[in-house]
Amino acid sequence: MTGLTSRETSPLVAIRDLAVSFDGVKVLHGIDLAIHRGEAVGLVGESGCGKSVTWLAALGLLPKKATISGSVMLDGGELIGAAPATLDSVRGGRIAMIFQDPASALNPVIKLGRQVGEALALHGGLSGKAIRAEAKRLFDLVGIPDAARRLDAFPHELSGGQNQRVMIAMALAGKPDILVADEPTTALDATIQAQILELLTRIRRETNMALVLISHDLGVISETCDRVCVMYAGRIIETAASEALFAQPLHPYTQGLLAALPPLEGVRRRLVPVEGNVPEPWNLPPGCSFAPRCPRRVEACAMRVPLLAPKTADRRAACIMTPSLAQPQHRPEPVYA
Amino acid sequence: MLRFLLVRLFRAALTVALVVTFAFVVLRMSGDPALIIMSVDAPPEAIAAFRKAWGLDDPIWLQYLRYFSAIGQGELGQSMRDGRPAMQLVLERIPATLALTLPALALKLGIGIPAGIYAALHRDSLMDRIVMVTAVAGFTVPSFVLGLVLVLVFSVQLGWLPSGGQESWRHAILPVLTLGIGGAAVLARFTRSAMLEVLGQSYIRTASAKGVPWPRVVRGHALPNAAVPTVTVVGFMVGSLIAGAVVVESVFSWPGVGRLLVVAVANRDLAVVQCILLLVAMTMVSANLIVDLLYGVLDPRLRSGAKAGAH
Amino acid sequence: MSSAPLLQVRGVARRYAMRRGLLGRSIDVRAVDGVSLTVEHGRTLGLVGESGSGKSTTGRLALGLEPPDDGDVMFKGAPIPPAGTLAWRQLRARMQMIYQDPLGALDRRLSILEQVREPYDVHGLGEAGERDAMATALLQAVGLRADQGSRYPHELSGGQRQRAVIARALATKPDLLVCDEPVSALDVSIQAQVVNLLVDLQQELGLGLLFISHDLKVIRQVSHRVAVMYLGRIVEEGDADLLLASPAHPYTEALVSASPVPGRRARPRIVLQGDPPNPAARPSGCAFHPRCHAARERCKVESPRLLPLPDGRLTACHVAHDQANFLKAAS
Repeated sequence: MTGLTSRETSPLVAIRDLAVSFDGVKVLHGIDLAIHRGEAVGLVGESGCGKSVTWLAALGLLPKKATISGSVMLDGGELIGAAPATLDSVRGGRIAMIFQDPASALNPVIKLGRQVGEALALHGGLSGKAIRAEAKRLFDLVGIPDAARRLDAFPHELSGGQNQRVMIAMALAGKPDILVADEPTTALDATIQAQILELLTRIRRETNMALVLISHDLGVISETCDRVCVMYAGRIIETAASEALFAQPLHPYTQGLLAALPPLEGVRRRLVPVEGNVPEPWNLPPGCSFAPRCPRRVEACAMRVPLLAPKTADRRAACIMTPSLAQPQHRPEPVYA
Repeated sequence: MLRFLLVRLFRAALTVALVVTFAFVVLRMSGDPALIIMSVDAPPEAIAAFRKAWGLDDPIWLQYLRYFSAIGQGELGQSMRDGRPAMQLVLERIPATLALTLPALALKLGIGIPAGIYAALHRDSLMDRIVMVTAVAGFTVPSFVLGLVLVLVFSVQLGWLPSGGQESWRHAILPVLTLGIGGAAVLARFTRSAMLEVLGQSYIRTASAKGVPWPRVVRGHALPNAAVPTVTVVGFMVGSLIAGAVVVESVFSWPGVGRLLVVAVANRDLAVVQCILLLVAMTMVSANLIVDLLYGVLDPRLRSGAKAGAH
Repeated sequence: MSSAPLLQVRGVARRYAMRRGLLGRSIDVRAVDGVSLTVEHGRTLGLVGESGSGKSTTGRLALGLEPPDDGDVMFKGAPIPPAGTLAWRQLRARMQMIYQDPLGALDRRLSILEQVREPYDVHGLGEAGERDAMATALLQAVGLRADQGSRYPHELSGGQRQRAVIARALATKPDLLVCDEPVSALDVSIQAQVVNLLVDLQQELGLGLLFISHDLKVIRQVSHRVAVMYLGRIVEEGDADLLLASPAHPYTEALVSASPVPGRRARPRIVLQGDPPNPAARPSGCAFHPRCHAARERCKVESPRLLPLPDGRLTACHVAHDQANFLKAAS
């Protein structure tokens, strides 16, 4: 299922014009994004592009100095500026989140069973023996061997891959509608990464939970997600169904990313790097942020920020040099990525 | 665990032995006890007799060995000044010292830790700045200065409290405050930085992300982790319960162990000084031992101690 | 020039003592267990493996930064002198190392130019008055502007810092570069710049590279030959394209299939079960057998040797060799 065909049903989460600044420096410039039930959406981009900030902001997990504007609607309820109690029930209960380095994302002085149990008590209304039984079931579900004994272990006693499984078990405890996985395999070895990606895909299939996968790795995104949003300098610059995007990227930045990636098969060719560097958020160029690095830039690119506009029937790109092949669409705003 | 304890105990014993040796060397090299105690114009025969009676004529290494073995047997000798057992002299003074240091410790913990936690949770707020400025002032001002200022204000100017002596509980207020404020400041700073460090950790974000309300994140996830570094400072404070009041006791003429030490050092009363140092070293070392064991309780990573090292 | 290979590592082993628990006695962990490899002049050997495979330790052994417990390392046909000696320091100018974290490798109190100039000062290369110009030329050779030389490490981006580290390593005109995950901390678009730079420098200067990485895609891009390590041993070694296009060892096969590729993949993904094994509890026989789909009884008891297959590569796998023998007998 792609985002566009499912637009008729109302989205689970609708992010509208979400912007974030730190100390007056804008790092997120108005993100529009909708997540539908059961779909797997990838957010891909290089460090500092805002892919993690988007979801930390949506869940109110950014430090206090962050200024957030825009709207994040979950089933018709607004999350931006919501009361702490509302956010607490959403976090883990409706939207769960797991992070990059599982070893540091788990509390080092608390037994794993208790850390998972805490989520079960908060969102499942369980107590006492039921918590332990359910925690063991979750450990079994995510494939932790010898689950009963691992409940009494501490994070440092498990490998990185096992700790990430614990994080996933903890995320599942509240039976969330969306799991946001922020670089969940970046700190793991290749063979363990494959295990965790397979686990995430299996759980999504079994529970119809939506998955938002945040990663810098195009390969990881491609293998796990139905729909992809490519981010650059705090904006979504291209979005499409995964297969279409990787088969034929439209935006010059997406094209650049793919050309910069060494292939694992076929003839070796010289890599085509994207020249220059990602601009600092306090020093963005005028107009299209990618223009100074773009091989197709024209003068107009520096005039104004390009809209994330429809380019073919089911994909959008924020580039004035990418010809539009789509019929004009008679759909009122908002336009979600 | 047993091996861990044995290693710790051995190190503790070594520390105590070094402290005792150090005191012996310093005191014996800085002056002749016979001359100081008998006064310089005493008849030479009297001084010779004193020397003979206390074994001061023997070679220094023999005196050292004799002293060391005596300590080993729990025999700490007599005060050269009034001939009473040194241990007895010291023990008599301990209650007076604890009467100052225990309430002061309660003050340090009661003010320092909550203030540090509050400052960390409200980082960069007005209260945080006030706490931090107070804390810096609190531990940069030496205790004798603070003591004298308190005396000036509360005794001399306002006349509310006595400036010295040990007649009633009111006499204890100023020395306890002097001791407590400095310690509370140190502890507040330490607790604040430990909390800030912990609050920036990824697992705090994880706890919030699974829907744990913020007060419970602080109590259940941050405090247990911040306790580990804080315990070190508290342990040091517990270890200085006996010896931590030397200056303050002098300023407020409080007849505790600290005053006894000052007098004994001035008189080169070796046995008493040794006895106090031994006591201090032992409290310090036991406090450290307890801290080490507490680490294991507080942090499971240190408990199982699976450490790899290259050789 | 002699016909001896640039770098020859022969059967090196490195052991560490590891203590488990407070009461546990220390056990020897073999981080590197009899590794042999060769880097030719102007060629790249890619060394790939997961954490705990011993690939980084192998890199340090190759430079003599750590003494091997067994085996020896030859540089241009002569043994590497013990670390710390004058002879070793002189030799170190001919062989340089580049690490993953350029910020940690640079001194944050010195400007980039000063750091690139430093090797000239240390080894007394060139006239003192010319060294700044020499260093600036090096900066330009790695794609940094002259004005960037006056900046401090934290004022540069990650990619620029890694360029500076490379420039400094090149100052002594080394013959060998050992690169330990040199592009792993960089974003994709920057990673490609640095990979291209290394390949270009190799062609211009005839550098031999020992390129250590966990990333198969990067390894393949830069390497002529590839060696795959698992738990302290090389399990497969051969021509880069051959090895990664048709792996013979089941571990290489799993590693290749686990490497995420954007777009449609040609091969189904093989997901290995279990964690990478603990070097302190090495499985019997072939260390890979508990995770291997092809494992047989023999694999549990007999450790396979690294032997050539008919196509020239080396593989340490009973099953692969049995198959090759069977095919030879059948034809």
